[in-house]
Amino acid sequence: MTAPVKEPKTKAARPGESILRRLTRHQLFIPLAALALLVLFNLVADPSFFVITMKENSLGNPVLSGNLISVLDNASELVILAIGMTLVTASSGGQDISVGAAMAIAGSVILRLVCGGQVSADVMQTPLVLAVLVGILVSMIFGAFNGALVAYFKIQPMVATLILFTAGRSIAAWINNNQLPIINDLGFKYAGTFLPGIPIPTPIFITAAVILLFWLALKFTNLGLYTQSVGINANSSRLNGLDPQLIKLMTYVILGVCVALAGFIRVSRSGSINYSRIAENIEMDAILAVALGGNALGGGKFNIYGSILGAYVIQFLTTTLYKYEVPSTALPAYKAVVVILLVVLSAPVVQEKLSGIRKAPGKTVKGVS
Amino acid sequence: MQQGAVLEMRGICKYFPGVRALQDVDFTLREGEIHALMGENGAGKSTLIKVLTGVYPKDGGEVHIKGIEGAAVIRSPQDAQNAGISTVYQEITLCPNLTVAENMYIGRTKGAGANWRAMNSGAGKILASLGIPASPRQQLGSCSIAVQQMVAIARAVDMECKVLILDEPTSSLDEQEVQKLFGLMRDLRAKGVGIIFVTHFLEQVYEVCDRITVLRDGQLVGEYVIEDLPRVQLVSKMLGKELDDMADIKSEVGATAVSQRGTPVLEARDLCSSAGIKPFDFSIHTGEVNGFTGLLGSGRSECVRAIFGADRVTGGSVRVDGKEVKIKKPLDAMKQGVGYLPEDRKGDGIVGDLSVRENIILALQVMKGFFRPFSRAQAEDFADEYIKLLEIKTASADTPIKSLSGGNQQKCILARWLLTDPKYLILDEPTRGIDIGTKIEIQKLVLKLAAQGKSVTFISSEIDEMLRTCSRLIVMRDRKAVGELKGEDLTQTKIMATIAGGDTQ
Repeated sequence: MTAPVKEPKTKAARPGESILRRLTRHQLFIPLAALALLVLFNLVADPSFFVITMKENSLGNPVLSGNLISVLDNASELVILAIGMTLVTASSGGQDISVGAAMAIAGSVILRLVCGGQVSADVMQTPLVLAVLVGILVSMIFGAFNGALVAYFKIQPMVATLILFTAGRSIAAWINNNQLPIINDLGFKYAGTFLPGIPIPTPIFITAAVILLFWLALKFTNLGLYTQSVGINANSSRLNGLDPQLIKLMTYVILGVCVALAGFIRVSRSGSINYSRIAENIEMDAILAVALGGNALGGGKFNIYGSILGAYVIQFLTTTLYKYEVPSTALPAYKAVVVILLVVLSAPVVQEKLSGIRKAPGKTVKGVS
Repeated sequence: MQQGAVLEMRGICKYFPGVRALQDVDFTLREGEIHALMGENGAGKSTLIKVLTGVYPKDGGEVHIKGIEGAAVIRSPQDAQNAGISTVYQEITLCPNLTVAENMYIGRTKGAGANWRAMNSGAGKILASLGIPASPRQQLGSCSIAVQQMVAIARAVDMECKVLILDEPTSSLDEQEVQKLFGLMRDLRAKGVGIIFVTHFLEQVYEVCDRITVLRDGQLVGEYVIEDLPRVQLVSKMLGKELDDMADIKSEVGATAVSQRGTPVLEARDLCSSAGIKPFDFSIHTGEVNGFTGLLGSGRSECVRAIFGADRVTGGSVRVDGKEVKIKKPLDAMKQGVGYLPEDRKGDGIVGDLSVRENIILALQVMKGFFRPFSRAQAEDFADEYIKLLEIKTASADTPIKSLSGGNQQKCILARWLLTDPKYLILDEPTRGIDIGTKIEIQKLVLKLAAQGKSVTFISSEIDEMLRTCSRLIVMRDRKAVGELKGEDLTQTKIMATIAGGDTQ
């Protein structure tokens, strides 16, 4: 009812289309092309970027080391967040900007439990599994809070989550009485660094497990169909027996689980927490990952693998910039340039121009009026 | 250009990927005539109009407009407006969150600021002269759909146009409003405006038009003066075959006369909902086709929405097969074997970006449950079966449903409910805004379903259709059920009289 009639855009393969055209039209084309460009740049500039070696870490264990490992390792939190963010975006047509703050809360809860309320602990005071489960639960409750504001009170997601965005880090500090707890138990850091005897960083395994879990969930449940249906047309969905509000709420709760896992990985890396700096601005990277993956930020259809790929591209870019000793304060500016390029390239207007003037195809099909 | 013509389109071609939407189409509009553009869904009517108004770039041909030297260049709706072509689309394309006056003047104010007072008084004058019951300062979204449509027409009329295009303007208007619109169209014709009228209502074409141009499959069939083209011939030209299906349906009517004894499939007592209808009683038996009739806004849709649980039910009881059930939400009704095809296809029916396949399996999938998705192969089988059965015209089952024509979208929604194998199917305006061929198919399908022992409630603004399919009609007036007609009482006159409420005087 708003804009003048638009031509429907079809992503499906069309007869008589060249392979190149079909390729550029594919949803994953932009993130894949960006990744290819980054790889190419590094290959030309300095092929040693890709070298992976065996090195001893601070504990004297042999572990794999190299930029690629670092990309896969450091992208973990972002990838996990991007998955949850994709679902939230799809169902509610908006984004959760409180994920960074919520990560601080989850991390704080976990640290408080393993330190047993002390400022410093050498041995975990609570079994790690229990601590993480409680962290997940708390995070799900905060997710449900966001989701309820969006689904039942019909507040715009960005405004609704602004509350937790503002308050989250204070809540995180309050959980630990404003102390900065430190856990020195090596067992706690397994999840953020390395498991004994395994040369690959543990976050990579956790991320792989999360991706696998969502692959299974999308395959063996109707998570994908329901969230997309609700995101595209909540009225129709309701008349088909779905509960749009419950489904929106569910996606925010799922994002809560993702947030807790990401928060856990982040605090396990150091065994400590800095409330104001932990996962700072990660919400923007998570949203960018969703957009980079070719997902409409207005909701509806989604491709979770696009977001995952988008997250890795962002981390690849960050690592590349670090390698060329771009100061961390200047990093956002460089990122912005890349973002502008990617976003403009993936804009429908530019896509139309790139695919050129269409020529008359062959057969007549009824169905377009 | 021809003498007296305001608009000439020559050899217009338009291609979409995989589709020749228009092929060498000629169209001539003369001064002071109402010219019907007819064709089935997918014939190219909307495409031709969108080419003319600059929404789509054309791939070939020329457009000539009176007063413009040479071929007119129309690259955007703005260009079309400047050339004196105004359009009112089938779907209202105004902004519901702006006021009526703002909607009428949007995009037309000169300079930076807007003169609110002049705008509101100007709009008020036009609304009054056309007899549109809306205030300029009212928010458009708060008006009924019919009034919104009329505001769209008022906007177009006010732009001093030479060519006025009305694309299905009457599909959401009731009989009185249609008459008002026709009065307006005749006035404009007398002033020399050329009007292109796109509609699916044959009666309306013969009531108001001077000439007819028929399109079929993107090609021109011909242009006719209205007196030279009897209805039967028009229909056969649109469909491209001699057609006596209309007669077929009538002869099948006998099959719908079903006894009303035994336990009703669904029975409602004193049912009312948050939509503000007065409590009503309702029942339907196995194999019966009944319907709700009444003017637009009389509450016929609200009644079926209450039965399906689409609006919040505020009172009354429902029995299914004699057992009392609680229907609080659509899923409750679906579990009782009730299906509901909603009136607003775009807003409540289709899930636009999802594929035809996903749209077809949606309801059944929801009933099956979150943790039990259909396998891809199973879903494909279902979709293919119904695409074939209902002859849905789509490039593939993977095509997003929004790129299908209206009639084919409607068939997908029908397929969705047929797939759930309901014992009671509610069809609210299933034939609105779709072509005659599909209309007939749907009516036949309704009768076929009834013959198979399913019960159907059928709502249509076309009384003809109701008479052809229903054996019992509940008449609504002012959100209240005011009468029930069956058997010999099922005549157009009797229905009109009941709707009008002649019995109270």
